[in-house]
Amino acid sequence: MADTTPKPEELARIDHTPPLMKGWMDTPVEIKKGIACYGASARNLAAVGMPNARDWNPLEDDWKLPENWENIVHEGFRDRLDKFRSLKVFMDICVRCGACADKCHFFIGSGDPKNMPVMRAELIRSVYRKNFTTGGKILGKLAGARDLTEDVLKEWWYYLYQCTECRRCSLFCPYGIDTAEVTILGRELTNLLGLNTEWIQAPVANCNRTGNHLGIQPHAYKDMIEFFVDEIEEVTGIKVEPSFNRKGAEILFITPSGDVFADPGTYTCMGYLMLFHYLQSMGLDITWSTYASEGGNFGYFTSHEMAKRLNAKMYAEAKRLGVKWILGGECGHMWRVLNQYMDTWNGPADFLEEPVSPITGTKFENAKSTKMVHITEFTADLIKHNKLKLDPSRNDHHTVTFHDSCNPARGMGLLEEPRYVIKNVCNNFYEMPPETIREQTFCCGSGAGLNAGENMELRMRGGLPRANAVQHVHEKYGVNMMACVCAIDRAVLPTLMEYWVPEVDITGVHELVGNALVFEGEPERTTDLRGEPLAGMEDNEDV
Amino acid sequence: MNFIVSILFSFFAVIVLVLIPWIGVGALNLRVLFGIIVPYAAMATFFVGIVVRVIGWARSPSPFRIPTTAGQQWSLPWIKHSCIDNPKGTGGVIIRMIFEVLTFRSLFRNTRLEYRNIDGVPKVDYEWEKWLWLAALMFHYSFLVIFLRHFRLFLQQIPGFVSLLDSLDGFMQLGVLPFPGLNVPEVYLTDMLVMLALTYLFVRRIYIPQIRYVSLPADYFPLFLLLALGFTGILMRYFLRVDITAVKELAVGLFKFQPKSPEGIGVIFYIHLFMISVLIAYFPFSKLMHFAGVFLSPTRNLSNNSRIKRHINPWNYPVKYHTYEEYEDEFREKMIEAGLPVDKQPEETGETGEKE
Repeated sequence: MADTTPKPEELARIDHTPPLMKGWMDTPVEIKKGIACYGASARNLAAVGMPNARDWNPLEDDWKLPENWENIVHEGFRDRLDKFRSLKVFMDICVRCGACADKCHFFIGSGDPKNMPVMRAELIRSVYRKNFTTGGKILGKLAGARDLTEDVLKEWWYYLYQCTECRRCSLFCPYGIDTAEVTILGRELTNLLGLNTEWIQAPVANCNRTGNHLGIQPHAYKDMIEFFVDEIEEVTGIKVEPSFNRKGAEILFITPSGDVFADPGTYTCMGYLMLFHYLQSMGLDITWSTYASEGGNFGYFTSHEMAKRLNAKMYAEAKRLGVKWILGGECGHMWRVLNQYMDTWNGPADFLEEPVSPITGTKFENAKSTKMVHITEFTADLIKHNKLKLDPSRNDHHTVTFHDSCNPARGMGLLEEPRYVIKNVCNNFYEMPPETIREQTFCCGSGAGLNAGENMELRMRGGLPRANAVQHVHEKYGVNMMACVCAIDRAVLPTLMEYWVPEVDITGVHELVGNALVFEGEPERTTDLRGEPLAGMEDNEDV
Repeated sequence: MNFIVSILFSFFAVIVLVLIPWIGVGALNLRVLFGIIVPYAAMATFFVGIVVRVIGWARSPSPFRIPTTAGQQWSLPWIKHSCIDNPKGTGGVIIRMIFEVLTFRSLFRNTRLEYRNIDGVPKVDYEWEKWLWLAALMFHYSFLVIFLRHFRLFLQQIPGFVSLLDSLDGFMQLGVLPFPGLNVPEVYLTDMLVMLALTYLFVRRIYIPQIRYVSLPADYFPLFLLLALGFTGILMRYFLRVDITAVKELAVGLFKFQPKSPEGIGVIFYIHLFMISVLIAYFPFSKLMHFAGVFLSPTRNLSNNSRIKRHINPWNYPVKYHTYEEYEDEFREKMIEAGLPVDKQPEETGETGEKE
């Protein structure tokens, strides 16, 4: 954690009352350390052909904008108004009823009034009014309109990169105004000027070149997976045999690279490997890819075009390998992209077949066109058909709750599938309060490319509502493990928990599956995948 | 600009708007202008403005299928699908939109943040909050009923449903204001509700700090305009009676496109008429367009079926992505060394050694 991050008790002093007499237009932005991310580097901007590639620092005055930057933004704005009805309608119809105001985790955790979703959108709307409406042109400030000055641009940037595009506000908006959409398009405008953050730009550049955000090259990717193979053998005595870039496999498996890179995502990855191995004798024919080795898509936090470029590899690889369909791992924004964009961008996937589970014969009709199935849909179906021998008591040392990741919840509706899986592999499961789960779920506070290190204060603030709900079930039911279906969650929630609720740890759903899965003739397990003793096995540790 | 400036500006704007017909008719007797020309101009602006606005929105496509899913997706047959909040097809979308438009379903979800800091330990709670929903519903439905009631003035023959509404709305005949001696007619429930709701919506705007902060003159102005509209209407009906036969003659004339400008209608009527004229003329240029916009909102009016059926983006264009060939060209040797399959052997590329 960065040295400057305030302590929890300091951070908890949050004032949600905005200034009384000073209006927001008269309050210039102050870019703060601990909140803002580093600016994108010349190298990584140039690597994918982004404009205005240069090194810059948002904390300095000079952002090294191109000469005609006003014009670029103006034309970019006009272009997007013509291309996106969402933007046009959302610019025009907000009545500022304020229903969204206290729904945003960043406002709840920071009290910064410009983090109210309505305000975040008004920052953009005010410029829209000035540039694209008659009333705004004539009445100016009285119509809530203002010019796009360099200060305003900086304000845009500061607050657009304090939104995790979680869409919680859009759920409560009587007109369905989606601040995520405004943020996405607003970020596109900043990217016309080379104003991405390094934490987004570097993964984009990496993903473009090596196939994954972390820049893992093919041989290293294979190495890392093979390391898990050894780990699994150590815990279970079972030797799993994954294959890579294998032509003619029936299914291509794509998961976020975070799962192969860092704990606790790695345990989820072991869970996948074990499940696939378990099903191998029952007819599962699946391959991993090193080229399409990223489920996530940081391009989505940059622009639609960049997202499409990175996403294109999935279908391209599926076509090259000649698989029938694609199975996708546990990831948040990955699934919003796959559900709501992929087929539109890079389809039709007519070279694939409608997905059918080779084990149960179930047709995944809900994935008829994209030909891409979520692993919890796949596993829930297996469990429902009694295809897995499970021993949920192997997770008895965990008292589990489930964090709905924003994107699968509000951009897809994947609510029951993971719960069904968890309830079948765990004996102790408790829900968090209803205002904090399912479609009303709270963001981890670090999504949409905000999972950097330099903005730790922002992350701890944004994650407060989630952490507080965890605290509640921790105190009430003794919850000590929160499951999630998102790689960013797995990367950032441990830090958040350590800060707010240190007694609770984070797991992917398929780590729990891996623990519970009973292989034919396997020796009795004494530890879980993390090497921690199972319930009742604490004494056997030294044996 | 702070909230006081916003409120004062909007307030004085409405005062000026009240004074215009007051002077125009009261002092200058410009009955034709305020009784016929202004209302026609306003109506024309209203209809043309709305059509232009909606066409403007509709000209931009919805390139992606981005519904906000507020319930369980349609997936495996044994998982209960939330067909309204996460619609799979047009039917579900229609039901979702009906609920949205007629019952303000999303707003009904509203909660209120209750943040406490107990000795450095934060406590985040979400309290019951349906007042905004209730006031919004109360305002919109009262306004609708009042509008429909007015048809008894617009049409020579009063339709049955208007009479029915009238009697339902006026059931409190002797309840609240029983001044038969003063010749006060029955009190309409909606008259009171609409004023109550508008007052609430105004008060919450200045009372709740966050809402006060985000409010613009464009938020106060329509509230004041509507309050002035309601106030003049109430004055006219209960206190400053006008010649209702003459009013009806004028109104019917307007609607038949045979405008007449009868004499002897009190100036209060012209103020009322001017308020509604300004309101409808302002309508297409304002946030009041939310009434049409909600129907075009892509997070509500699209079904969540983009994995089942391909959604077409009319401006989709090909992009350059890093192909597998380029990838393999860069990493071929490492891949071979790691035992990963490759499409081309080094000798096939003809580049062996050249890179070194």
